[in-house]
Amino acid sequence: MDMNFNQHISGQFNADLEAIRNHMMSMGGLVERQVANAVEAICSGDTHLADEVIRREDDVDQAEVAIDNECTQILVRRQPAASDLRMVLAVSRVVRDLERMGDEASKIAIHTLEVADSKNSQLCQQSMRYMGEEVVKMISGALDAFARHDVEGAIEVVRNDKLVDKQYASALRELITYMMEDPRSIGQAINILWILRAIERIGDHARNISEQVIYLVSGTDVRHSTLTEIEKTARD
Amino acid sequence: MSIIENHKTDGKPFCDSPKLSARDVCVYYGEKQAIFDVNLDIGKNEVIALIGPSGCGKSTFLRCLNRMNDTIDICKVTGEIVLDGGNIYDPKVDVVPLRATVGMVFQKPNPFPKTIYDNVAYGPRIHGLATSRVDLDEIVEKSLQRAGLWNEVKDRLHSPGTGLSGGQQQRLCIARTIAVDPEVILMDEPCSALDPIATAKIEELIDELREKYTIAIVTHSMQQAARVSQRTAYFHLGQLIEVNSTDKVFTTPKHQLTEAYITGRFG
Repeated sequence: MDMNFNQHISGQFNADLEAIRNHMMSMGGLVERQVANAVEAICSGDTHLADEVIRREDDVDQAEVAIDNECTQILVRRQPAASDLRMVLAVSRVVRDLERMGDEASKIAIHTLEVADSKNSQLCQQSMRYMGEEVVKMISGALDAFARHDVEGAIEVVRNDKLVDKQYASALRELITYMMEDPRSIGQAINILWILRAIERIGDHARNISEQVIYLVSGTDVRHSTLTEIEKTARD
Repeated sequence: MSIIENHKTDGKPFCDSPKLSARDVCVYYGEKQAIFDVNLDIGKNEVIALIGPSGCGKSTFLRCLNRMNDTIDICKVTGEIVLDGGNIYDPKVDVVPLRATVGMVFQKPNPFPKTIYDNVAYGPRIHGLATSRVDLDEIVEKSLQRAGLWNEVKDRLHSPGTGLSGGQQQRLCIARTIAVDPEVILMDEPCSALDPIATAKIEELIDELREKYTIAIVTHSMQQAARVSQRTAYFHLGQLIEVNSTDKVFTTPKHQLTEAYITGRFG
Protein backbone atom coordinates (compact mmCIF):
# COMPACT_ATOMS: atom_id res chain seq x y z
CA MET A 1 0.00 0.00 0.00
CA ASP A 2 1.27 3.44 -0.92
CA MET A 3 1.88 5.39 2.28
CA ASN A 4 2.65 8.81 0.85
CA PHE A 5 -0.08 10.90 2.44
CA ASN A 6 0.90 14.14 0.74
CA GLN A 7 -0.34 13.12 -2.67
CA HIS A 8 -3.83 12.16 -3.81
CA ILE A 9 -4.32 9.06 -5.89
CA SER A 10 -5.58 11.51 -8.49
CA GLY A 11 -2.75 13.75 -9.69
CA GLN A 12 -5.27 16.14 -11.21
CA PHE A 13 -6.91 16.64 -7.80
CA ASN A 14 -3.50 17.62 -6.36
CA ALA A 15 -2.98 20.03 -9.21
CA ASP A 16 -6.46 21.58 -8.81
CA LEU A 17 -5.98 22.18 -5.07
CA GLU A 18 -2.51 23.56 -5.64
CA ALA A 19 -3.94 25.88 -8.31
CA ILE A 20 -6.62 27.50 -6.14
CA ARG A 21 -4.04 28.06 -3.41
CA ASN A 22 -1.56 29.66 -5.80
CA HIS A 23 -4.20 31.80 -7.49
CA MET A 24 -5.44 32.98 -4.10
CA MET A 25 -1.87 33.90 -3.13
CA SER A 26 -1.33 35.94 -6.29
CA MET A 27 -4.67 37.67 -5.78
CA GLY A 28 -3.48 38.38 -2.22
CA GLY A 29 -0.28 39.90 -3.59
CA LEU A 30 -2.30 42.11 -5.92
CA VAL A 31 -4.62 43.29 -3.12
CA GLU A 32 -1.68 43.96 -0.83
CA ARG A 33 -0.16 46.22 -3.53
CA GLN A 34 -3.50 47.93 -4.11
CA VAL A 35 -3.84 48.75 -0.42
CA ALA A 36 -0.19 49.85 -0.10
CA ASN A 37 -0.59 52.11 -3.15
CA ALA A 38 -3.87 53.56 -1.88
CA VAL A 39 -2.27 54.37 1.48
CA GLU A 40 0.76 55.88 -0.24
CA ALA A 41 -1.52 57.90 -2.54
CA ILE A 42 -3.49 59.48 0.30
CA CYS A 43 -0.43 60.12 2.47
CA SER A 44 1.59 61.75 -0.29
CA GLY A 45 -1.32 63.23 -2.24
CA ASP A 46 -0.26 61.29 -5.36
CA THR A 47 -3.31 61.37 -7.65
CA HIS A 48 -1.63 59.33 -10.38
CA LEU A 49 -1.13 56.48 -7.96
CA ALA A 50 -4.78 56.84 -6.87
CA ASP A 51 -5.89 56.59 -10.50
CA GLU A 52 -3.80 53.47 -10.90
CA VAL A 53 -5.50 51.86 -7.87
CA ILE A 54 -8.96 52.63 -9.25
CA ARG A 55 -7.97 51.26 -12.65
CA ARG A 56 -6.75 47.93 -11.26
CA GLU A 57 -9.80 47.23 -9.13
CA ASP A 58 -11.27 45.25 -12.00
CA ASP A 59 -8.36 42.79 -11.86
CA VAL A 60 -9.16 42.06 -8.21
CA ASP A 61 -12.86 41.51 -8.98
CA GLN A 62 -12.07 39.16 -11.84
CA ALA A 63 -9.63 37.15 -9.72
CA GLU A 64 -12.36 36.66 -7.10
CA VAL A 65 -14.85 35.32 -9.64
CA ALA A 66 -12.27 33.07 -11.32
CA ILE A 67 -11.00 31.51 -8.08
CA ASP A 68 -14.49 31.03 -6.71
CA ASN A 69 -15.37 29.22 -9.91
CA GLU A 70 -12.36 26.94 -9.52
CA CYS A 71 -13.52 26.14 -5.96
CA THR A 72 -17.00 25.28 -7.28
CA GLN A 73 -15.44 22.94 -9.85
CA ILE A 74 -13.47 21.11 -7.16
CA LEU A 75 -16.58 20.72 -4.98
CA VAL A 76 -18.57 19.35 -7.90
CA ARG A 77 -15.95 17.00 -9.28
CA ARG A 78 -14.10 15.78 -6.20
CA GLN A 79 -16.45 16.09 -3.21
CA PRO A 80 -13.44 16.93 -1.04
CA ALA A 81 -13.38 15.90 2.63
CA ALA A 82 -11.41 16.79 5.76
CA SER A 83 -8.36 19.01 5.11
CA ASP A 84 -9.14 19.24 1.38
CA LEU A 85 -12.66 20.44 2.13
CA ARG A 86 -11.33 22.97 4.63
CA MET A 87 -8.83 24.21 2.05
CA VAL A 88 -11.52 24.79 -0.58
CA LEU A 89 -13.89 26.48 1.89
CA ALA A 90 -11.11 28.63 3.35
CA VAL A 91 -9.88 29.75 -0.09
CA SER A 92 -13.42 30.60 -1.14
CA ARG A 93 -13.93 32.70 2.00
CA VAL A 94 -10.50 34.35 1.81
CA VAL A 95 -10.97 35.55 -1.78
CA ARG A 96 -14.20 37.20 -0.70
CA ASP A 97 -12.34 39.13 2.00
CA LEU A 98 -9.57 40.00 -0.45
CA GLU A 99 -12.12 41.38 -2.89
CA ARG A 100 -13.65 43.52 -0.15
CA MET A 101 -10.16 44.84 0.70
CA GLY A 102 -9.77 45.72 -2.97
CA ASP A 103 -13.05 47.69 -2.77
CA GLU A 104 -11.82 49.54 0.30
CA ALA A 105 -8.50 50.36 -1.41
CA SER A 106 -10.43 51.76 -4.32
CA LYS A 107 -12.62 53.84 -1.95
CA ILE A 108 -9.46 55.29 -0.40
CA ALA A 109 -8.20 56.17 -3.88
CA ILE A 110 -11.49 57.91 -4.81
CA HIS A 111 -11.44 59.99 -1.62
CA THR A 112 -7.78 60.78 -2.29
CA LEU A 113 -8.82 62.47 -5.52
CA GLU A 114 -11.55 64.36 -3.66
CA VAL A 115 -9.33 65.74 -0.90
CA ALA A 116 -6.21 66.24 -3.02
CA ASP A 117 -6.50 70.02 -3.49
CA SER A 118 -7.77 70.84 -0.04
CA LYS A 119 -5.70 72.38 2.71
CA ASN A 120 -7.41 70.01 5.12
CA SER A 121 -6.02 66.93 3.40
CA GLN A 122 -3.35 66.83 6.06
CA LEU A 123 -5.86 66.01 8.83
CA CYS A 124 -4.93 62.90 10.84
CA GLN A 125 -1.92 62.28 8.59
CA GLN A 126 -0.01 60.41 11.28
CA SER A 127 -2.82 58.09 12.22
CA MET A 128 -3.54 57.41 8.57
CA ARG A 129 0.06 56.49 7.79
CA TYR A 130 0.41 54.37 10.92
CA MET A 131 -2.86 52.49 10.34
CA GLY A 132 -2.17 52.14 6.62
CA GLU A 133 1.26 50.63 7.11
CA GLU A 134 -0.04 48.38 9.84
CA VAL A 135 -2.87 46.90 7.72
CA VAL A 136 -0.51 46.29 4.79
CA LYS A 137 1.70 44.28 7.17
CA MET A 138 -1.41 42.46 8.44
CA ILE A 139 -2.39 41.43 4.91
CA SER A 140 1.01 39.98 4.18
CA GLY A 141 1.13 38.39 7.66
CA ALA A 142 -2.26 36.72 7.13
CA LEU A 143 -1.31 35.40 3.69
CA ASP A 144 2.06 34.11 4.97
CA ALA A 145 0.27 32.38 7.82
CA PHE A 146 -2.09 30.78 5.29
CA ALA A 147 0.79 29.56 3.11
CA ARG A 148 2.67 28.11 6.10
CA HIS A 149 -0.38 26.82 8.01
CA ASP A 150 0.95 29.00 10.85
CA VAL A 151 -1.65 29.45 13.61
CA GLU A 152 0.62 31.62 15.78
CA GLY A 153 1.24 33.97 12.84
CA ALA A 154 -2.51 34.19 12.28
CA ILE A 155 -3.14 35.09 15.93
CA GLU A 156 -0.52 37.84 15.68
CA VAL A 157 -2.64 39.42 12.91
CA VAL A 158 -5.73 39.29 15.15
CA ARG A 159 -3.73 41.05 17.90
CA ASN A 160 -2.60 43.76 15.47
CA ASP A 161 -6.20 44.30 14.38
CA LYS A 162 -6.98 45.34 17.95
CA LEU A 163 -4.19 47.96 17.78
CA VAL A 164 -5.56 49.30 14.49
CA ASP A 165 -9.05 49.54 16.00
CA LYS A 166 -7.64 51.54 18.92
CA GLN A 167 -5.79 53.89 16.60
CA TYR A 168 -8.99 54.37 14.60
CA ALA A 169 -10.94 55.33 17.73
CA SER A 170 -8.29 57.85 18.67
CA ALA A 171 -8.17 59.33 15.14
CA LEU A 172 -11.95 59.75 15.28
CA ARG A 173 -11.64 61.79 18.48
CA GLU A 174 -9.00 63.92 16.79
CA LEU A 175 -11.29 64.55 13.79
CA ILE A 176 -14.21 65.51 16.03
CA THR A 177 -12.00 68.09 17.72
CA TYR A 178 -11.13 69.65 14.33
CA MET A 179 -14.77 69.75 13.31
CA MET A 180 -15.82 71.43 16.54
CA GLU A 181 -13.10 74.04 16.25
CA ASP A 182 -13.79 74.85 12.61
CA PRO A 183 -17.13 73.82 11.16
CA ARG A 184 -15.85 74.73 7.66
CA SER A 185 -13.59 71.67 7.87
CA ILE A 186 -16.52 69.28 8.29
CA GLY A 187 -16.80 68.43 4.59
CA GLN A 188 -13.17 67.39 4.29
CA ALA A 189 -13.11 65.82 7.74
CA ILE A 190 -15.88 63.51 6.62
CA ASN A 191 -13.79 62.47 3.60
CA ILE A 192 -10.87 61.73 5.91
CA LEU A 193 -13.24 59.82 8.17
CA TRP A 194 -14.29 57.59 5.26
CA ILE A 195 -10.65 56.90 4.47
CA LEU A 196 -9.81 55.99 8.06
CA ARG A 197 -12.88 53.81 8.15
CA ALA A 198 -11.80 52.03 4.95
CA ILE A 199 -8.34 51.33 6.40
CA GLU A 200 -9.88 50.04 9.59
CA ARG A 201 -12.18 47.72 7.57
CA ILE A 202 -9.16 46.37 5.67
CA GLY A 203 -7.72 45.39 9.06
CA ASP A 204 -10.96 43.54 9.87
CA HIS A 205 -10.74 41.63 6.59
CA ALA A 206 -7.11 40.66 7.32
CA ARG A 207 -8.36 39.35 10.64
CA ASN A 208 -11.03 37.33 8.84
CA ILE A 209 -8.33 35.75 6.68
CA SER A 210 -6.39 34.80 9.80
CA GLU A 211 -9.49 33.17 11.23
CA GLN A 212 -9.63 31.03 8.09
CA VAL A 213 -6.01 29.98 8.68
CA ILE A 214 -7.05 28.65 12.10
CA TYR A 215 -10.03 26.86 10.49
CA LEU A 216 -7.77 25.40 7.81
CA VAL A 217 -5.26 24.05 10.31
CA SER A 218 -7.43 22.96 13.25
CA GLY A 219 -10.94 22.69 11.82
CA THR A 220 -12.27 25.08 14.49
CA ASP A 221 -14.44 27.92 13.27
CA VAL A 222 -13.28 30.97 15.27
CA ARG A 223 -15.33 33.58 13.43
CA HIS A 224 -16.97 36.04 15.85
CA SER A 225 -14.72 34.86 18.70
CA THR A 226 -12.72 37.16 20.96
CA LEU A 227 -8.92 37.25 20.90
CA THR A 228 -8.84 35.36 24.21
CA GLU A 229 -11.13 32.63 22.84
CA ILE A 230 -8.98 32.34 19.71
CA GLU A 231 -5.80 32.03 21.79
CA LYS A 232 -7.47 29.35 23.88
CA THR A 233 -8.51 27.41 20.74
CA ALA A 234 -4.92 27.50 19.52
CA ARG A 235 -3.60 26.15 22.83
CA ASP A 236 -6.10 23.24 22.83
CA MET B 1 3.40 -0.37 9.59
CA SER B 2 4.75 1.21 12.77
CA ILE B 3 2.14 3.91 12.29
CA ILE B 4 -0.61 1.70 13.74
CA GLU B 5 1.19 -0.70 16.07
CA ASN B 6 -0.74 -1.00 19.35
CA HIS B 7 -3.10 1.69 18.19
CA LYS B 8 -5.66 2.91 20.68
CA THR B 9 -8.83 3.93 18.84
CA ASP B 10 -9.09 7.72 18.41
CA GLY B 11 -12.31 9.63 18.97
CA LYS B 12 -15.32 8.26 20.85
CA PRO B 13 -15.75 4.49 20.47
CA PHE B 14 -18.10 4.26 23.48
CA CYS B 15 -21.56 5.65 24.13
CA ASP B 16 -23.96 5.99 27.05
CA SER B 17 -26.74 3.58 26.11
CA PRO B 18 -25.22 1.02 23.75
CA LYS B 19 -27.40 -1.52 21.96
CA LEU B 20 -24.34 -3.56 21.03
CA SER B 21 -20.89 -3.47 22.66
CA ALA B 22 -17.82 -5.13 21.20
CA ARG B 23 -14.97 -5.67 23.68
CA ASP B 24 -11.47 -6.83 22.69
CA VAL B 25 -12.83 -8.54 19.60
CA CYS B 26 -10.21 -10.44 17.56
CA VAL B 27 -11.00 -12.52 14.49
CA TYR B 28 -8.74 -15.14 12.94
CA TYR B 29 -9.05 -16.93 9.62
CA GLY B 30 -6.94 -19.99 10.39
CA GLU B 31 -3.51 -18.63 11.38
CA LYS B 32 -4.12 -15.21 9.97
CA GLN B 33 -5.52 -12.53 12.26
CA ALA B 34 -8.05 -10.31 10.48
CA ILE B 35 -9.33 -8.14 13.35
CA PHE B 36 -7.23 -6.80 16.25
CA ASP B 37 -8.79 -5.93 19.64
CA VAL B 38 -11.75 -3.92 18.46
CA ASN B 39 -13.66 -2.05 21.17
CA LEU B 40 -16.79 -0.31 19.95
CA ASP B 41 -20.28 0.58 21.16
CA ILE B 42 -23.21 0.91 18.79
CA GLY B 43 -25.92 3.12 20.28
CA LYS B 44 -29.68 2.55 20.23
CA ASN B 45 -31.42 3.97 17.16
CA GLU B 46 -28.24 5.16 15.55
CA VAL B 47 -26.81 4.47 12.13
CA ILE B 48 -23.11 3.72 12.33
CA ALA B 49 -21.07 3.52 9.12
CA LEU B 50 -18.04 1.24 8.95
CA ILE B 51 -15.56 2.45 6.34
CA GLY B 52 -12.02 1.57 5.28
CA PRO B 53 -10.01 0.24 2.36
CA SER B 54 -10.60 -3.25 0.96
CA GLY B 55 -9.42 -5.95 3.31
CA CYS B 56 -9.47 -3.69 6.37
CA GLY B 57 -11.85 -5.99 8.25
CA LYS B 58 -15.00 -3.89 8.23
CA SER B 59 -17.21 -6.63 6.72
CA THR B 60 -15.58 -9.27 8.92
CA PHE B 61 -16.39 -7.13 11.96
CA LEU B 62 -19.97 -6.57 10.76
CA ARG B 63 -20.45 -10.33 10.37
CA CYS B 64 -19.29 -10.87 13.97
CA LEU B 65 -22.31 -8.91 15.16
CA ASN B 66 -24.79 -11.69 14.32
CA ARG B 67 -22.30 -14.57 14.30
CA MET B 68 -22.37 -14.95 10.53
CA ASN B 69 -18.67 -15.80 10.80
CA ASP B 70 -19.68 -19.08 12.48
CA THR B 71 -20.60 -20.32 9.01
CA ILE B 72 -16.91 -20.19 8.01
CA ASP B 73 -15.11 -23.23 9.45
CA ILE B 74 -11.64 -21.75 9.88
CA CYS B 75 -12.93 -18.53 11.40
CA LYS B 76 -12.40 -17.98 15.12
CA VAL B 77 -13.72 -15.02 17.11
CA THR B 78 -12.43 -14.04 20.56
CA GLY B 79 -13.58 -11.27 22.89
CA GLU B 80 -17.13 -10.32 23.76
CA ILE B 81 -20.05 -8.90 21.84
CA VAL B 82 -22.83 -7.87 24.17
CA LEU B 83 -26.36 -7.31 22.90
CA ASP B 84 -28.69 -5.80 25.52
CA GLY B 85 -26.51 -7.10 28.34
CA GLY B 86 -25.94 -10.66 27.04
CA ASN B 87 -22.83 -11.97 25.30
CA ILE B 88 -23.92 -13.30 21.89
CA TYR B 89 -20.86 -15.59 21.81
CA ASP B 90 -22.05 -17.41 24.95
CA PRO B 91 -22.22 -21.13 23.96
CA LYS B 92 -25.81 -21.28 25.21
CA VAL B 93 -26.99 -18.70 22.68
CA ASP B 94 -29.04 -20.12 19.80
CA VAL B 95 -27.92 -18.37 16.61
CA VAL B 96 -31.26 -18.73 14.79
CA PRO B 97 -33.25 -16.28 16.95
CA LEU B 98 -30.08 -14.19 17.27
CA ARG B 99 -29.97 -13.71 13.50
CA ALA B 100 -33.63 -12.71 13.56
CA THR B 101 -32.91 -10.09 16.23
CA VAL B 102 -29.80 -8.95 14.40
CA GLY B 103 -30.87 -9.11 10.74
CA MET B 104 -28.67 -8.66 7.74
CA VAL B 105 -28.93 -7.17 4.24
CA PHE B 106 -26.26 -8.15 1.73
CA GLN B 107 -24.42 -6.45 -1.09
CA LYS B 108 -26.31 -8.19 -3.89
CA PRO B 109 -30.08 -8.40 -3.51
CA ASN B 110 -30.82 -12.08 -2.90
CA PRO B 111 -34.59 -12.69 -2.96
CA PHE B 112 -35.68 -16.33 -2.65
CA PRO B 113 -37.02 -17.82 -5.87
CA LYS B 114 -40.54 -17.42 -4.50
CA THR B 115 -43.33 -14.87 -4.73
CA ILE B 116 -42.93 -11.40 -3.26
CA TYR B 117 -45.42 -12.41 -0.54
CA ASP B 118 -43.57 -15.59 0.35
CA ASN B 119 -40.21 -13.85 0.45
CA VAL B 120 -41.49 -11.64 3.24
CA ALA B 121 -43.64 -14.32 4.90
CA TYR B 122 -40.82 -16.88 5.02
CA GLY B 123 -39.16 -15.60 8.21
CA PRO B 124 -42.35 -15.05 10.24
CA ARG B 125 -43.52 -18.56 9.25
CA ILE B 126 -40.38 -20.40 10.37
CA HIS B 127 -40.10 -18.32 13.55
CA GLY B 128 -43.80 -18.87 14.30
CA LEU B 129 -44.55 -15.15 14.50
CA ALA B 130 -47.99 -15.43 12.92
CA THR B 131 -50.83 -17.60 14.22
CA SER B 132 -53.22 -17.06 11.32
CA ARG B 133 -53.27 -16.11 7.69
CA VAL B 134 -54.66 -12.69 8.67
CA ASP B 135 -51.69 -12.12 11.02
CA LEU B 136 -49.28 -13.10 8.28
CA ASP B 137 -50.97 -10.80 5.73
CA GLU B 138 -50.62 -7.98 8.21
CA ILE B 139 -46.92 -8.66 8.84
CA VAL B 140 -46.23 -8.82 5.09
CA GLU B 141 -48.07 -5.58 4.41
CA LYS B 142 -46.45 -3.73 7.34
CA SER B 143 -42.96 -4.93 6.40
CA LEU B 144 -43.36 -3.95 2.76
CA GLN B 145 -44.69 -0.58 3.82
CA ARG B 146 -41.77 0.04 6.16
CA ALA B 147 -39.40 -0.93 3.37
CA GLY B 148 -41.10 1.63 1.11
CA LEU B 149 -42.13 -1.05 -1.40
CA TRP B 150 -45.83 -1.63 -0.67
CA ASN B 151 -47.25 0.81 -3.21
CA GLU B 152 -45.09 -0.63 -5.96
CA VAL B 153 -45.96 -4.30 -5.35
CA LYS B 154 -49.37 -4.46 -3.62
CA ASP B 155 -51.08 -5.51 -6.88
CA ARG B 156 -48.63 -8.27 -7.68
CA LEU B 157 -47.79 -9.86 -4.34
CA HIS B 158 -47.92 -13.29 -5.92
CA SER B 159 -45.46 -12.62 -8.75
CA PRO B 160 -41.89 -13.83 -8.30
CA GLY B 161 -39.59 -11.60 -6.22
CA THR B 162 -36.83 -12.09 -8.75
CA GLY B 163 -38.92 -10.21 -11.34
CA LEU B 164 -38.45 -6.91 -9.50
CA SER B 165 -35.80 -4.35 -10.41
CA GLY B 166 -32.48 -4.41 -8.50
CA GLY B 167 -33.48 -1.55 -6.22
CA GLN B 168 -36.90 -3.11 -5.55
CA GLN B 169 -35.27 -6.48 -4.86
CA GLN B 170 -32.98 -4.85 -2.29
CA ARG B 171 -35.98 -3.21 -0.60
CA LEU B 172 -37.72 -6.61 -0.70
CA CYS B 173 -34.70 -8.06 1.15
CA ILE B 174 -34.98 -5.23 3.69
CA ALA B 175 -38.72 -6.02 4.07
CA ARG B 176 -37.80 -9.69 4.60
CA THR B 177 -35.33 -8.67 7.32
CA ILE B 178 -37.87 -6.39 9.00
CA ALA B 179 -40.62 -9.06 8.91
CA VAL B 180 -39.02 -11.07 11.73
CA ASP B 181 -39.09 -8.01 13.98
CA PRO B 182 -35.35 -7.40 14.41
CA GLU B 183 -33.76 -4.86 16.74
CA VAL B 184 -30.52 -4.40 14.83
CA ILE B 185 -30.04 -4.41 11.04
CA LEU B 186 -26.60 -5.01 9.55
CA MET B 187 -26.08 -3.85 5.98
CA ASP B 188 -23.07 -4.96 3.96
CA GLU B 189 -22.68 -2.51 1.07
CA PRO B 190 -26.43 -2.55 0.41
CA CYS B 191 -26.27 -0.11 -2.50
CA SER B 192 -23.15 -1.16 -4.37
CA ALA B 193 -25.18 -3.03 -7.01
CA LEU B 194 -27.80 -0.29 -7.40
CA ASP B 195 -28.22 2.78 -9.61
CA PRO B 196 -28.23 6.29 -8.06
CA ILE B 197 -32.03 6.56 -7.81
CA ALA B 198 -32.45 3.14 -6.17
CA THR B 199 -29.52 4.09 -3.91
CA ALA B 200 -31.24 7.33 -2.90
CA LYS B 201 -34.42 5.40 -2.04
CA ILE B 202 -32.50 2.95 0.17
CA GLU B 203 -30.69 5.81 1.89
CA GLU B 204 -34.00 7.56 2.54
CA LEU B 205 -35.32 4.28 3.93
CA ILE B 206 -32.29 3.85 6.23
CA ASP B 207 -33.06 7.24 7.72
CA GLU B 208 -36.68 6.23 8.39
CA LEU B 209 -35.73 2.81 9.79
CA ARG B 210 -33.47 4.46 12.34
CA GLU B 211 -36.52 5.45 14.41
CA LYS B 212 -37.19 1.81 15.19
CA TYR B 213 -33.92 -0.04 14.64
CA THR B 214 -30.20 0.20 15.27
CA ILE B 215 -28.30 0.04 11.97
CA ALA B 216 -24.67 -0.76 11.15
CA ILE B 217 -23.73 -0.25 7.52
CA VAL B 218 -20.53 -1.14 5.68
CA THR B 219 -20.02 1.06 2.65
CA HIS B 220 -17.34 1.87 0.12
CA SER B 221 -18.99 5.16 -0.71
CA MET B 222 -17.77 7.83 1.65
CA GLN B 223 -20.49 10.20 0.51
CA GLN B 224 -23.01 7.54 1.48
CA ALA B 225 -21.43 7.15 4.92
CA ALA B 226 -21.55 10.92 5.32
CA ARG B 227 -25.19 11.07 4.23
CA VAL B 228 -26.77 8.23 6.20
CA SER B 229 -24.83 7.79 9.44
CA GLN B 230 -24.59 9.61 12.73
CA ARG B 231 -21.28 7.98 13.65
CA THR B 232 -18.49 6.68 11.46
CA ALA B 233 -15.85 4.08 12.31
CA TYR B 234 -12.68 3.84 10.25
CA PHE B 235 -10.93 0.44 10.00
CA HIS B 236 -7.42 -0.10 8.68
CA LEU B 237 -5.60 -3.44 8.41
CA GLY B 238 -7.90 -5.01 10.99
CA GLN B 239 -7.65 -2.24 13.53
CA LEU B 240 -10.32 0.24 14.50
CA ILE B 241 -8.40 3.48 13.95
CA GLU B 242 -10.99 6.11 14.71
CA VAL B 243 -14.66 6.47 15.63
CA ASN B 244 -16.46 9.75 15.93
CA SER B 245 -19.59 11.63 14.97
CA THR B 246 -19.82 11.56 11.19
CA ASP B 247 -19.47 15.31 10.76
CA LYS B 248 -16.26 15.29 12.80
CA VAL B 249 -14.78 12.38 10.84
CA PHE B 250 -15.46 14.04 7.50
CA THR B 251 -14.37 17.58 8.43
CA THR B 252 -11.69 17.13 11.09
CA PRO B 253 -10.54 13.53 11.40
CA LYS B 254 -8.07 12.96 14.24
CA HIS B 255 -5.90 10.21 12.80
CA GLN B 256 -3.57 10.65 9.85
CA LEU B 257 -4.80 7.39 8.28
CA THR B 258 -8.46 8.40 8.47
CA GLU B 259 -7.59 11.74 6.88
CA ALA B 260 -5.53 10.05 4.16
CA TYR B 261 -8.31 7.57 3.36
CA ILE B 262 -11.25 9.96 3.22
CA THR B 263 -9.31 12.53 1.19
CA GLY B 264 -8.26 9.84 -1.28
CA ARG B 265 -4.55 9.92 -0.49
CA PHE B 266 -3.88 6.19 -0.53
CA GLY B 267 -5.28 3.03 -1.94
